[in-house]
Amino acid sequence: MKPSPFAYHAPTTLAETLDLLADLDDAKLLAGGQSLMPMMNFRYVAPEHLIDLNQVAGLDRIELGEKYVRLGAMVRQRSLLTHDALNACCPLFREALEWVGHIATRNRGTLGGSLSHLDPAAELPVVCMALNAEVEIASSEGQRTVQATQWPVAYMLPNIDEHELLIGIRFARPDTSFGARTGMAFSEFARRHGDFALAAVAIVVALDDDDTVTHASVALGGVDDVPLRLSAAEELLIGRRADAGVVTTAARAALELPGFEDVHASATYRRKVAMTLLERTLSTALMRARESQT
Amino acid sequence: MNQTWDVTVSVNGAPVQATVPVRQSLADFLRHTLELTGTHVGCEHGVCGACTVLLDGRSVRSCLTLAVQANGHSITTIEGLAGDAELGPLQQAFMDQHALQCGFCTPGMLATLTEFLREHPAPTEHEVRLAISGNLCRCTGYENIVRAALQAAPALYASGTQGGVPGASE
Repeated sequence: MKPSPFAYHAPTTLAETLDLLADLDDAKLLAGGQSLMPMMNFRYVAPEHLIDLNQVAGLDRIELGEKYVRLGAMVRQRSLLTHDALNACCPLFREALEWVGHIATRNRGTLGGSLSHLDPAAELPVVCMALNAEVEIASSEGQRTVQATQWPVAYMLPNIDEHELLIGIRFARPDTSFGARTGMAFSEFARRHGDFALAAVAIVVALDDDDTVTHASVALGGVDDVPLRLSAAEELLIGRRADAGVVTTAARAALELPGFEDVHASATYRRKVAMTLLERTLSTALMRARESQT
Repeated sequence: MNQTWDVTVSVNGAPVQATVPVRQSLADFLRHTLELTGTHVGCEHGVCGACTVLLDGRSVRSCLTLAVQANGHSITTIEGLAGDAELGPLQQAFMDQHALQCGFCTPGMLATLTEFLREHPAPTEHEVRLAISGNLCRCTGYENIVRAALQAAPALYASGTQGGVPGASE
């Protein structure tokens, strides 16, 4: 099908974009268009105004600082996947993006689009939660930040007002902020390659010289209405030497999740997939932490 | 309310000026306005890959791209893949390996593989299968398409022309 009629706006500056957002009612923001355009073609969504972000200057930067990484909202999934320096300090992006869609959808799809669409099984929100990222939001009134862990409010509903714009994310470089012995891993299970995950797991762990866990982020997607952090598993890990028994116990925390049911899988099945995936991914992250140089 | 927008697009190397309805997809612009019907429209929601074309050398779904978004960019369709030749090396390989039956998915397959083989001049079979995972084919079972891609890879690399398609800019 074809989209309903709309008024098209193609701002070239952030200020112009924020003014349009402030002035227009019933406006949708067009980023990569890999979710919004299908919804408009189906007429699930029929906005009066479409604000195209593709020509807005400065939203597509990847900035690697000594302590922080900043990624603009319009950074394409392809760029996150292929950026060597970014993946040298944070391999979660490459590992996650290999699961996201296909070449042609990653060429267009963006970081900000994935975060804003907030499909419960999407990979990038899970990665941002594991990294303790801050989401940067701008409006004509000013700027604010939201912790990635506070970003999902409810099913496909991010913590942002309709007159605000997600402009990027910022996170502490895992390799410098948690010490040298940091390990990261991402994995997921999907029915077919490129589909949304039945369960997806992103892990960041750090060890001290005695192999005791000093930091653990365990983020999960696909098992609930929103991506989430599994604090029960994190609490089990921190302060312990993470042997196989501890990993198995921590992974069992996934069985306590509500889980959700759809045509692809039952809630019980999702919880079990999440547990197995968590055990494997956590083991990989811990192994990488142990192998990194002290 | 049917807003229009003036666009200038390079299509298969030739400049095109047109006034497009802002809600028109790039696929419909190519097919209906420019009568380049080699680009096929299957699902219209980004799943089947039949409408895949190259935008500045990168594969995109033309059903999920608005015609107005092509303003100032260059588009390559199946009609432009071989340049002045009758068939490019990839197209010839599709013919040699019987990589199509009905042909509906073929333009999208060729666009996807043109970009992929430019960046992976010596791919493994597994990499080829991943590359075409976003393009559905209901005839071939993919086997012959994979063979064709593997056959074409050295030829494309050697010719250095990528089938006449200009390289992508980052």
